[in-house]
Amino acid sequence: MEAELVIDRIACDGYGMCAELLPEIVGLDDWGYPIVRPGPIPDSLLGHARSAVEVCPVLAVRLRQAGAAGTRR
Amino acid sequence: MNFLWYAARGAGVVSLILLSAVLVLGIVTSVRWSSAALPRFVTAQLHRNLALLSLAFLGIHIVTAVVDPYTSLGWLTVVIPFSSDYRQLWLGLGVVSVDLALAVVVTSLLRDRVGYRVWRTVHWLAYGAWPFAVLHGLGTGTDAFAPWMLVIQGLCVAAVVAAVWWRMSVGHAGQQVSASSTLAAQQLDTDAR
Amino acid sequence: MTLTSTRPDPSATHTGTAFARRASASQTSTRLLAGPPAVAGAESLFDHRARLGPLPGRVATQLIPVLERSGLLGRGGAGFPVGRKWRSVAERSEGRAVVLVNGAEGEPLSRKDRNLMAFRPHLVIDGAVLAAAAVGADAIVLYVGAEHASARAALTRAVAERTRELAVPIQLVAAPVGYVSGEESAAVHFVNAGDPRPTNVPPRPHERGVHGRPTLVQNVESLAHAALIARHGDAWYRQAGLGDTPGTALLTVAGAVTQPGVREIQIGTPLGEVAAGAGATREGTRGILLGGYFGGWAGVDEAWNLPLDPAVMRPRGFAFGCGVVSFLSPAECGVMATGRILDFMARSSAGQCGPCVFGLRAIADATHRLATGTPDPDDLARLERWSGEIAERGACRHPDGAVGFLRSGLRVFGDDFVRHQARRGCEARARTGTN
Repeated sequence: MEAELVIDRIACDGYGMCAELLPEIVGLDDWGYPIVRPGPIPDSLLGHARSAVEVCPVLAVRLRQAGAAGTRR
Repeated sequence: MNFLWYAARGAGVVSLILLSAVLVLGIVTSVRWSSAALPRFVTAQLHRNLALLSLAFLGIHIVTAVVDPYTSLGWLTVVIPFSSDYRQLWLGLGVVSVDLALAVVVTSLLRDRVGYRVWRTVHWLAYGAWPFAVLHGLGTGTDAFAPWMLVIQGLCVAAVVAAVWWRMSVGHAGQQVSASSTLAAQQLDTDAR
Repeated sequence: MTLTSTRPDPSATHTGTAFARRASASQTSTRLLAGPPAVAGAESLFDHRARLGPLPGRVATQLIPVLERSGLLGRGGAGFPVGRKWRSVAERSEGRAVVLVNGAEGEPLSRKDRNLMAFRPHLVIDGAVLAAAAVGADAIVLYVGAEHASARAALTRAVAERTRELAVPIQLVAAPVGYVSGEESAAVHFVNAGDPRPTNVPPRPHERGVHGRPTLVQNVESLAHAALIARHGDAWYRQAGLGDTPGTALLTVAGAVTQPGVREIQIGTPLGEVAAGAGATREGTRGILLGGYFGGWAGVDEAWNLPLDPAVMRPRGFAFGCGVVSFLSPAECGVMATGRILDFMARSSAGQCGPCVFGLRAIADATHRLATGTPDPDDLARLERWSGEIAERGACRHPDGAVGFLRSGLRVFGDDFVRHQARRGCEARARTGTN
């Protein structure tokens, strides 16, 4: 599955756990908010990506079909 | 019979310790504290896993207490507070704690279905579950005032109180600014016309 | 005149809005602003119909292809083709769509929408009624900025004048004061829930908007143009326009000019001609703000001959936006002017997304420190870095606009920024003899 990581920017509250679990794809800006590397997630990292989705305390992280409409970082 | 009695008391103490740890970990998560050894996802997962573990011990505590013929408790008294003949008040407090904890756990397991807002509102009930559990232990625990038990209970209370104090002094960790304040400021910049 | 607020006195606005000005090169550029001068107040239904004729009857089904052929672009700032937008709502409508007329005009420098609503309310309502018929809507919402008192009064009276003949009910809603209140998802959110903050999209308003129905959110000027196209046709619309993009557009001219106010131009008119008409000179201009706070700065040399046509401006990195053209005088510091606007953008944040709340505040504060001569050693470097990191990480485009604006400031006033970072004083203040 060609999946990419999507952040709900309104729900996101800067906990930063997604960046802890998936540092290859998610970095943090100066204020602790996620910067997501664009593009599909390599298969080897999909398990970690799913962990990142589950761990977020505010349910702000989702996996989505890559290239779907409405792509914002 | 003795075995059931000891099991009930033992599981109860462990439940209380675990519940206190769960509360402290929840607070540590919400203030976004982390260290090299304890990243935030660890405190969050530990919080969740210990909560489920404490449920297991809570289950043992309840089952052994009900099954024990000495207490003559019916199963309904487990969920309906103050409905038992045996130690009506103090047991009832424990039942209140169980009800609140169950609500938290069920909504957490079904979080995707109930949505964030409902989950979050119910989660605040956790702050209610803990003091009822402590009072239940003090009031109905046979060993409540044994020295070792006092130490354990004292440590649990101290840990939770300290964590709550920390949370309140750090302030609400959420970063949302209220919409009304930002919009009101703009009155200054728009033409009165 | 400073950039952050233009405060003409009320009487000046009447002459500033160029209703009376038929001295333009040809009749083709006076279309929306044709008719009685502003001193005459809001045009009544009777006068409106006497001047323009009644609204065309069974034109609803054909209007969308006519708009598509006309090439009319939206005037709220995004410039999206109007016909295509109506079509996307009509396709989903099933008779239950909603038309949301966007008259919020939260952009502080823009005056065109409030004046159009105040003096030609029936033209706007014509557009809304036509849109409702064309897309199959059963409700119209007039979303008008709470601070635009004359516009709201004029529209209220105009709706009352037409109540008996309206096929679709019209509701007037006061948009809360604020820059982001006019964002389309914010407008829908306010009508639905009283909360004027943008929401996550998808779904976009044309898919699910007011009360969950497909919603056409359209700027008042766009609807006014549509109302004229419905009467005169797409070929008539295309007669105006000096370049690739047809038609006329309203501008708000502001800043270091002798005659600020709202003008109507043929799209493609060179900036220098607009400047001359408003009393701005090359020597008296340090830079020009194009498109409003969501647009950006342009240098005098690169912009003086620039045709005001989105098709020309966009490839060159400029924004037509909401038609704001504001002139900065050499006595003003470009860094300071940039800082003030960035501060406004930071305060205007809906406060929902971290990168916007914290990022915009950080860039505004850093720019302010640079402007006042008290920068931190890395302020300029941080501005460059943040301008790459903050964009596209909010739920709406507000941070994108602020960052785009910052970038234009760093480009046009680059030398000034470097001077300020090095604490070598301010050229503008040197020119005015202060400091």
